[in-house]
Amino acid sequence: MKTLLNRKHLPFFATVTVFVAIFLIGGSMYNNFLSMRVFGNILADNSFIIIAAIGATFVILSGGIDLSIGSMIGFVGVCMAVLDSMGFDPLTTAVLMLVFGFAFGAFQGWVIDALDIQPFIITLAGLFLLRGMCFMVTINSVPITHEWADLYSDIRIRLPGRGLLRSSAMVMLISLAAAIFIAHFTRFGANVYAIGGDKESARLMGVNIRRTTVLIYATAGFYSALAGVVYALYTKSGYPLAGSTLELSAIAAVVLGGTLLTGGVGTVAGTLFGGMILGLISTLIIFNGSLNSAWILISNGILLFAFIVMHRLLVGTFGIRS
Amino acid sequence: MSRSTEPNLMRRVLRGRAIWPLLALALILVADGFIAPGFYDIRIVEGRLFGNLIDILYRAVPTALVALGMALVIGTKGIDLSVGSIAAISGAVIAWRIQAGDPHGLVLLYALAAGALCGVWNGALVAILGIQPIIATLILMVSGRGIGMLINLIYGGTDPSFQSPFLQGLSTGSLFYIPTRLYVFAAIFIALWLLVRRTALGLFIEATGGNAAASAIAGVNAKLITFAAYLLCGLLAGWAGVILTADTHTSDPVSVALYIELDAILAVVIGGGSLAGGRIYLGMTVIGALVIQALTTSILISGLPPEYNLIIKALVVLLVLVLQSDNARRGLLSRLRRSAR
Repeated sequence: MKTLLNRKHLPFFATVTVFVAIFLIGGSMYNNFLSMRVFGNILADNSFIIIAAIGATFVILSGGIDLSIGSMIGFVGVCMAVLDSMGFDPLTTAVLMLVFGFAFGAFQGWVIDALDIQPFIITLAGLFLLRGMCFMVTINSVPITHEWADLYSDIRIRLPGRGLLRSSAMVMLISLAAAIFIAHFTRFGANVYAIGGDKESARLMGVNIRRTTVLIYATAGFYSALAGVVYALYTKSGYPLAGSTLELSAIAAVVLGGTLLTGGVGTVAGTLFGGMILGLISTLIIFNGSLNSAWILISNGILLFAFIVMHRLLVGTFGIRS
Repeated sequence: MSRSTEPNLMRRVLRGRAIWPLLALALILVADGFIAPGFYDIRIVEGRLFGNLIDILYRAVPTALVALGMALVIGTKGIDLSVGSIAAISGAVIAWRIQAGDPHGLVLLYALAAGALCGVWNGALVAILGIQPIIATLILMVSGRGIGMLINLIYGGTDPSFQSPFLQGLSTGSLFYIPTRLYVFAAIFIALWLLVRRTALGLFIEATGGNAAASAIAGVNAKLITFAAYLLCGLLAGWAGVILTADTHTSDPVSVALYIELDAILAVVIGGGSLAGGRIYLGMTVIGALVIQALTTSILISGLPPEYNLIIKALVVLLVLVLQSDNARRGLLSRLRRSAR
């Protein structure tokens, strides 16, 4: 029993090891890299990617995929900015956008299950739709000027060693805790794993596939919208092209976090480390200064490759899935 | 004789997969006629044909090329997300080798070889390592544009523009009033059709996509077939990169062929290909690409802001998917029957 548990968590341990290793390598290369300050910044700078990736984790655990994440972030951003310029306060608009994200995700989930179409193509339509709607709301970059937005960026907790835990990072950690609870301590979470493991068996065991699928994509939509809210408040603006191709970063974070794309195996906590590995690498490359931003793309690709091959070998060698 | 077959024929046509995309294309073109008077005018300017219809064909070529490769890959039950990045790499190779002073015919070969090499990489990941296609090609999708940017850096990277009468002739030139790229596309299409339909390749791809295990038992080398599909897809994406890059005379890895993978997948799906694999419709895929381009062109000429393009595209995808979905059709039929009762 114990060995079985260990096996399932091998990808997660690999992720944590890689994260620590990269952090240490960075620390050996640059002074001041190995500090709470850099750590706090990585948490805050990547909070919206990690939040979106947490939502994507549920989808990928169930064997699906959500491509509408980046467009949702952009759409939420422009809506918040434009509503802000109309005099609404950020809290009201944020709640509104979270409800919208949940409803939009639920709709996508319903279409996927009711019409029995690949999630890839439905969420692709979602990507187009939301991005198009961004441009209908505004084609300009709109600032968010409400005083609550300033208040949001002023909230911070001091960490030991001159580190700061910013509000974005706090939102991320709270939503991570909620997601861990949902994934591992609720019936819905168990159903997600069951569907990802084997949909037919799950159905035969009495899992309500329709309801679970709708909820999975609704959760993903909610988290994407939350990522959009955090992004908009963090950058204090809305821009219709914001978040383009962020869905890829989110999926990459999930994969690096040790969740198998075939579904059924993985953890929400791993996604946190996956997202932070991505952030760590871009920080390292920025620290270096002489390296082109092309290297961020390439190193992400190399890491993705290494992890995918590793997962593949783990599945082959240890039979994680069976 | 004709009386008895006629309704059958009608029913066959209506049920057939070919009718819907063609109908959609016809509908868009007819609507365009109402939106813009003189939409169908074709005139000769500077020794080549000009007009909206020609423009749709002209602009659809890169998407159609990529979509043909995508049709093969989707036929194996796979998907290739990296086609845009492959086009970016092939464009970067062109700029690099022209700066290096190679003869331009050779440069073309290098660019195509780069595309094929990318296809080999994807094929190896999917066929040999057995990685899920979405993920396997995600790797190149993420890093490919970075590789293109690096190639631009090889020769300084400050000015990736170039002049090449040969390559520009292939992309934007015209021959006997007709744009050259249409000839090129026709030649590629015929070659591909012969390869797929006049050899066993198409059958093997469809067999692999339909049921990989069963076809392997029947003696089809599923790995080799899958590999070949990704290779061809990379090669065609490389061609698209050549056309797009020669069109702008500059290599722009960040934004060239952005979202082309989505358009290509869309073209395949509109053309009746199922993402579940096992089917290749080359001709219908081209129609699918034309539908997408015709939509884009009509939004432009209708005076709507181009931003509506994405929304309309999304609604078209949903509509096509609903029409293709067995569940939706069954549900609709039973509801109709119930209301008839």
